[in-house]
Amino acid sequence: MLTYALRRILFAIPLLLGITFLSFAIIHLAPGEPTDLMAGDPRLEASAQARQLLREMYGLDKPIHVQYWSWLTRLVRLDFGRSFSPDGRPVLVKIAERLPVTLLLNIVELLIIIALAVPIGVLSATRQYSLFDKVTTVFVFIGFATPDFWLALLLMILFGVQLGWLPISGLRSMNWEYLSFWHQQSDFVAHLVLPIVVATFGGLAGFSRYMRQSMLEVVRQEYIQSARAKGLAERVVIGKHALRNAMLPIVTILGLSLPGLIGGSVIVESIFAIPGMGQLMVQAVFERDYPVIMGNLVIVAVLTLVANLIADLAYGLVDPRIRVGRRR
Amino acid sequence: MERGPLLGGLALASALALAGCGVDRGGADEPVAVKDNTPAKGDTFIEASIGNVSALIPNIANDSASHDVGGQIYSGLVTYDKDLKVIPELAESWTFSPDCRHLTFRLRKNVRWHDGKPFTADDVVFTHATMVNPKTPTAYREDFAAVETIEAVDPHTLQITYKTPYAKALQSWSMYMLPRHLLESYMKDGKLREAPQNRTSPVGTGPYRFKEWKSGEKVVLVANPDYYEPDRPYISRIVYRIIPSQATIFLELKAKGVDGASLTALQYKRQTEYPAFRKAYQRFRYASNSVTYFAFNMKDPRFADKRVRHAIAHAINKQELIDHVILGLGRNATGPYLPGAWAHNGEVKSLPYDLARARRLLAEAGWRDRDADGFLLKDGKPFAFEILTNQGNDERKKIAEIIQAALRELGLKVDLRTVEWATLLKEHVRKRNFDAFVLGWGLGRDPDMTALFHSSKTRPEDFNVASYANAEVDGLLERGRATCFQDERAKYYHRVHEILADDIPVIFLYHRDALPAITARVRGVKPSPGGIMYNFHEWFVPRELQRYTAG
Repeated sequence: MLTYALRRILFAIPLLLGITFLSFAIIHLAPGEPTDLMAGDPRLEASAQARQLLREMYGLDKPIHVQYWSWLTRLVRLDFGRSFSPDGRPVLVKIAERLPVTLLLNIVELLIIIALAVPIGVLSATRQYSLFDKVTTVFVFIGFATPDFWLALLLMILFGVQLGWLPISGLRSMNWEYLSFWHQQSDFVAHLVLPIVVATFGGLAGFSRYMRQSMLEVVRQEYIQSARAKGLAERVVIGKHALRNAMLPIVTILGLSLPGLIGGSVIVESIFAIPGMGQLMVQAVFERDYPVIMGNLVIVAVLTLVANLIADLAYGLVDPRIRVGRRR
Repeated sequence: MERGPLLGGLALASALALAGCGVDRGGADEPVAVKDNTPAKGDTFIEASIGNVSALIPNIANDSASHDVGGQIYSGLVTYDKDLKVIPELAESWTFSPDCRHLTFRLRKNVRWHDGKPFTADDVVFTHATMVNPKTPTAYREDFAAVETIEAVDPHTLQITYKTPYAKALQSWSMYMLPRHLLESYMKDGKLREAPQNRTSPVGTGPYRFKEWKSGEKVVLVANPDYYEPDRPYISRIVYRIIPSQATIFLELKAKGVDGASLTALQYKRQTEYPAFRKAYQRFRYASNSVTYFAFNMKDPRFADKRVRHAIAHAINKQELIDHVILGLGRNATGPYLPGAWAHNGEVKSLPYDLARARRLLAEAGWRDRDADGFLLKDGKPFAFEILTNQGNDERKKIAEIIQAALRELGLKVDLRTVEWATLLKEHVRKRNFDAFVLGWGLGRDPDMTALFHSSKTRPEDFNVASYANAEVDGLLERGRATCFQDERAKYYHRVHEILADDIPVIFLYHRDALPAITARVRGVKPSPGGIMYNFHEWFVPRELQRYTAG
C-alpha cells in the first residue's frame, strides 16, 4: 500500500510538469497581453515606450521558455510570484484571501448534496417507477436543466426584494461591525442561504442519478437475494448490504469533485457578489494576469492528482477486491 | 476604448424576470421632502461598483473603480467643475506665460496629508518624478514627460517649464498628488505597487480617508476631519460595494441595499417607473462623456473611397439606433465632442438617412447589381465585409445587427462577429485586420484627438485605427496641442469636427446617457455636463432621514 502510494506520487511529478508547461504555453498563446490592456486606452497615448517598460517589468519581453523556466524555478521554492494587477500582491496571498469562502460554500454544498442525493437515490431505486421515483426524477432533471443564474435571480427577487427575508448578495451586511457576535454569525449564515441553495439544486441531479443507478445494479445481485433469503429485514438488506456496495462509484465521483471545491463557481459567485476563487480566476483571465492564472492552475492540478490518488486508495479501503499490493 | 459589462446577458435575464412590475408615469424624481433641510453631517453612502478595485494608488491603476475610490482619497492641483471647466483644487491659482511654456502654481497653505504632515510643493515635484520614473508602472506618463523642468520655488509656489507649449499642461495636474515622505523609497526602487499605501494605508489629501479594503467585497472610506474646505464633506462614510453583476446591482437597489448605482436604459425606461422606486430614488439623466462609433478600415480600397463611406453613413438611421438600442436615452453624435462642450461645433450636422442617395453614391463608385440577385458587384466581386464588436456588449451587438440589416437593403453582404476584448484589440484592431467594427470611446476631458486621427498615429500600437490621413486635420491638431488658450484651440477643433463629419473616417453614432439612481435621502446632487460626482463632498442627508447612525 505504502509503496503503491509512493510510486503514484513519483509518477505525478512529470505529469504535473507536463500540465504546468502546457497551461503556461496555452495561456501565453492566447492573444492579448496584460500590457495591451493596461495601455489600451487611446486617451492616454501610452506610447510604445511605456508598453515596453511594462513588458520588461513583468519579464514578458523574454522568450517563452525562459519565462517558463524562471517561473518553474520559483515555483519549486513555493514562490508563486506576484500578481500583474496594480496591487502587485503575492499570488499566494490573493488565493489565501479568496479560498476560505469558496471552500466553505463548496463543502457545505457537497455535504448537503450527499445528504440529499443518497437517500433520494436509494429510495427511487428500491421503489423504481413508484410515484416517488417519478416525482424525484422530474424534480432532479428540472434542477439539472435550470440555469443557475436564472434560478438565482428568481430567488433573489422572491426572498430578497418581495419578501425581504434574506439578503440579496455579498457576505455581510453593511452594519456588520456593529452587530453583536451572534447577530454577526446569523447575518453571515443568512447571506449564504441563497448561494448554497442555488449551487445545491444544480448539483443534486447528477449525484442522485448516480446513486439510483448504482443501487439498481446492486439490488439485482445474487448476494442481495441471499441476504433476503436469510430472512434479514429489508432495512438491513438495503441499508447495510446493498448501500455499502452501491457507494463504490460514488467514491470515485466524490474524489473527482474535490478539485472543484476550490475552483468555485464563477456564475454563483458573480451573481451573489461573493469574493471567491471563481471570481479571482475569471478576472485574472480577462486581465491576462498570468501569475494568478498559473498559481490557480497549479493548485487545482495538484489537488486533482491528489484526489485521484485518494480515490484510488479509498477504493482499496472500501472494496477488498481491489486492494493493491497484496499478492498471495 | 470602453469595455462593456461582462455579464450583460444577466441584465437581460433580470429584465425578463422583472417585466411584470407596475408602471407609473408622472411625478418627478425628487428627493423626499422634510421639515429641516439644512445640511447635516453623518450617514453612510453605499455605492455599487461593478468592477473590482485593483489598487489604492490610482496613479498606477487604470480601472474606473480604483479611480472612483482614489478620487475621494487623493486630490490634484486642479479639478473640474460641473461644466468640465478646470478649477483650482490643491492649487490656489495659476498663471501661464504668454508663450504657454511656463506655468506657475500657487498652492493652498492649509492642506495636510491624512497623517497630519503638511502638503507642500515638494510633494508635487515628487509626484512628477514618480510619474516619469521608468520603473513606475503607469499609463499616464506622457503628460508628465512633456515637462522640461519643475521646481519648488518655495513650499507653496511651483514653477513648471514645458519643452514646447503643451495644451494639456494645466489639466494634467489633475493627477492625484502623492506624499513624498511615505513613498519616496518605494518609488526609487520601482516598488510602488508593493508599498503599504497601495493596499492597506493610502494617504492623500482628499475629503475622505481610507478605512478598510476587503478584496472583491468592499472599500470603506470615512470623512476626513482635516479636509481643507471647512465643514466638508457632509456624508460620514462611503462604502463601495463590489457587485460584478448588473442584475444583482439592480435587485440590491430595489431592496435598498445600495444607495447609488447606474441604471441600464431598459431599467431606467421600463423597470423603475413604479411609485415605490420613484419614492426611494432620484434618477438622473445626462449625456455621458462617451461616443459609440462605427469605424472603417481605410486601408481597404473599398472604404478608401469617400463615396462608399458616405453611402454607408446615409444608410444608417441614427435615430432608429438610439430608439431601439438604448430606448431613446442618448443623443445623436455629429462628431467626437459632446454637444455643449467648448470644442463641439454646433453647426456640424450628420448626414441624413437617405437610402436613394446612398444607392446613387455606390453606383457612382462603381458598385452595381449586375446579376440582379440583390447584391452589388464591382469587377466581378460582391461587396461583402465583416463587422466586428466585442463580446459581452449587447448594445454594440444590436447596433451591428441593425446596420447589417440596413446595408443588406443597399445590396451589401455583411457578416457579424463578436470577439473577446483582449483578442479583438490585439489580433484585429492593432493589426488593422478588420473591415469595420463597432466600439465606443470614453472621450476624456481634453478635446485633443491627435491619438485618434493624426496621420502619424497609424502604427500598430497607435489608435488611429481607421488609418485616416488628412494633412489639414494633422495641422489643426498640431496647432491645437501647441497653445494653452482655449478660444484659440476651440477654433481648430471646430474645424476638425467639420472635416471629420465630411470625411467620415468613422461614423459617430450616438452619445449614450448616463443614468444614475441615487437614494432620495441625499440632497445636493446636481447633474450637469460634468456628471454628478464632481460635488460629492457637498452632498448631505438631512438629520431626520439619516439611515446609518454608526460610523
